[in-house]
Amino acid sequence: MTEAGADGEVLLRVENLVKHFPVKQGVFFKREVGSVSAVEDVSLDVHRGETLGLVGETGCGKSTLARCVTRLYPLTSGNVRFDGADISRLPRRHLRPYRRRMQMIFQDPYGSLNPRRRVGSIIADPLTIHRVASGAERKQRVQELMEVVGLNPEHYNRFPAEFSGGQRQRIGVARALALRPSLIVCDEPVSALDVSIQAQIINLLEDLQAEFGLTYLFIAHNLSVVEHVSDRVAVMYLGKIVEIATVKDLYQSPRHPYTVALLSASVVADPEKARSTNRVVLSGEVPSPLNPPAGCRFHPRCPKAQPICTTVEPPLEVKAGDPASHLTACHFPMQPGERLRGAALKIHEALEEFVGEPVAEERRA
Amino acid sequence: MTLTTVQTVSEGPPVEAGAPPGQAIEGRSPLRLALARLRSDRVALLSAGMIVFVALLAICAPLIEAVTGHNAIASNIATGTDITGQPLGPGVGGFLLGTDNLGRDILVRIAYGAQISLLVGVLATILATVVGTVVGMLAGYFGGWIDAILARMMDTVLAFPYLLLALALGSVAAEPGSRLHAIAGIPLTILVIAFFSWAAIGRIVRGQTLSQKEKEYVEAAHAMGAGNLRILFIDILPNLVAPVIVLGTLLIPTAIVFESSLSFLGVGVPPPKPSWGNMLSDAQTSGFQAWWFWIFPSLALLITTLGFNLLGDSVRDALDPRTERIFAMRRKARFVGGAAASGEAAAGKPDGEVEAG
Repeated sequence: MTEAGADGEVLLRVENLVKHFPVKQGVFFKREVGSVSAVEDVSLDVHRGETLGLVGETGCGKSTLARCVTRLYPLTSGNVRFDGADISRLPRRHLRPYRRRMQMIFQDPYGSLNPRRRVGSIIADPLTIHRVASGAERKQRVQELMEVVGLNPEHYNRFPAEFSGGQRQRIGVARALALRPSLIVCDEPVSALDVSIQAQIINLLEDLQAEFGLTYLFIAHNLSVVEHVSDRVAVMYLGKIVEIATVKDLYQSPRHPYTVALLSASVVADPEKARSTNRVVLSGEVPSPLNPPAGCRFHPRCPKAQPICTTVEPPLEVKAGDPASHLTACHFPMQPGERLRGAALKIHEALEEFVGEPVAEERRA
Repeated sequence: MTLTTVQTVSEGPPVEAGAPPGQAIEGRSPLRLALARLRSDRVALLSAGMIVFVALLAICAPLIEAVTGHNAIASNIATGTDITGQPLGPGVGGFLLGTDNLGRDILVRIAYGAQISLLVGVLATILATVVGTVVGMLAGYFGGWIDAILARMMDTVLAFPYLLLALALGSVAAEPGSRLHAIAGIPLTILVIAFFSWAAIGRIVRGQTLSQKEKEYVEAAHAMGAGNLRILFIDILPNLVAPVIVLGTLLIPTAIVFESSLSFLGVGVPPPKPSWGNMLSDAQTSGFQAWWFWIFPSLALLITTLGFNLLGDSVRDALDPRTERIFAMRRKARFVGGAAASGEAAAGKPDGEVEAG
């Protein structure tokens, strides 16, 4: 992908973004009994022309962050600056010009297309809403878009149900592309698709980025996909960014123990390599965002946790020996060559423990 | 995972072999698919036939009047009764369905009554459906205090003792001095029926809207910058069409029966005008000797309500093939009976059409 990298012009700046969802109780008079802290004090920059990958487990706040950035959810606090302008408190009407330049691709290619409307009119929606084109011109633009994303323009009058999952996602891409936006927020655009189709959609997104100079905020939980498409990657855990770096730095020298654990959990295609991987099995479960742990949010599961981790929240900062683009939020970052211990187990050791006999040895023989 | 090696390949949308060149490929809309299913449903065809029969009767009323030469309103003691002044039975003296005690032709009166029944039924249903859909959509979509007010309003209307209110309104409007007198009769009947029917539709539409607005396509519309009205009427409304059509079709017979009940009680369609309810009301006084007084209007009412109810069921099945499967299974289970039926019903599960929408 493009080497626009970390020092380009900032297109999207997120500053101290907080999103809490209130939890209400009562039938007639709802009172707030607590709140889910979905995104907690997140700051990040997306540079023009780059792809920023955002990874994390299910429920860590990735999608909420995306919906706050696109103002689908109101923010609890913090700012979102798009191309220099603060859009975080803009009323709906004043938001419209920014919506034109900031589009979204959704995860579910089935739910995100209206089943009762024809594909042509779905793709034409942005053109209609922003009064960019109408009549024959609009139809022509839509058919061009369909061609660009690899759909047959003659299928203009079909319904979404008549397309496959991959084709539907192409329809979603065409819709996002209709207004030639500068930023596209991709909320897990491929995780609902077959692996073979995933590659097609990802390549399509890359081609489009090269052709139209797009900037992507790319959310996924598949680390290989993120590694492939991103210039920089941010790792989220329980509503916070724990590490952000260029792809190379993050994948080759991760500093946060959670990043290490996450990377070790990804599937490797080569069985030899897979066996030699030090798979880190984290103990426990992700704590409830209703009542997040104090200090570092990762401390209850962290093999390296010390008393300070339970009280003092580590700031997201450059650690010694890292380039300026590599930020980590950890009191005790991983050192080069260090292996994560504690709950760390090799996967065949874990299996042996479970089965009670040397499974892996047998398999190797 | 090495993604770079995979080429960008168009998934190759299947080229229609049968589509003639130059002709645009057009998907069949969910409604057209439903219509096709409806056409292959025998019950639907039968019920449509019943409705067409009643509609023809209504349309041909002036024609029947002209052919028989019998007026529907003016009393006709001279030719319509026998020497003792008794009404004529069916088939006597050129009166196919007999005459009433004023010597009026029951066939002609039923035909004109069909006009009124269908007019009142359809207009009241359209009115109730439009109001119910709009109110339900607004309540479901906006939520909050708008929903609180509108939902309580619907509850209030549903809680009304509607017959009492209708009776009171009807008798007040019948007074020449009252403000309602200008719309007394058919317009008031339509308004009263619509007023007591919209809330039931509104409630269901509200629920449907609540579920639709959480769908991702609504979120996508927000992300594109669509306004609330656009989302409501362009995105959500097409997804409500199916339940609304079903509710509307099933509301027509209810409205027709409601009209007949009001006319029967003397507060609906004012008497010289023929309405099925009026005719049944007249039949009370001399009912058992002259059976044709009440049997034919009742039959007309029965055919109409049965037709619309069956059609409504078929429309629902056609719009949502999954319910068809459930109903078909139940029907099968009922026929076969016992434990064997449940096994067969389970085995019959995979067949049936794939849902289009």
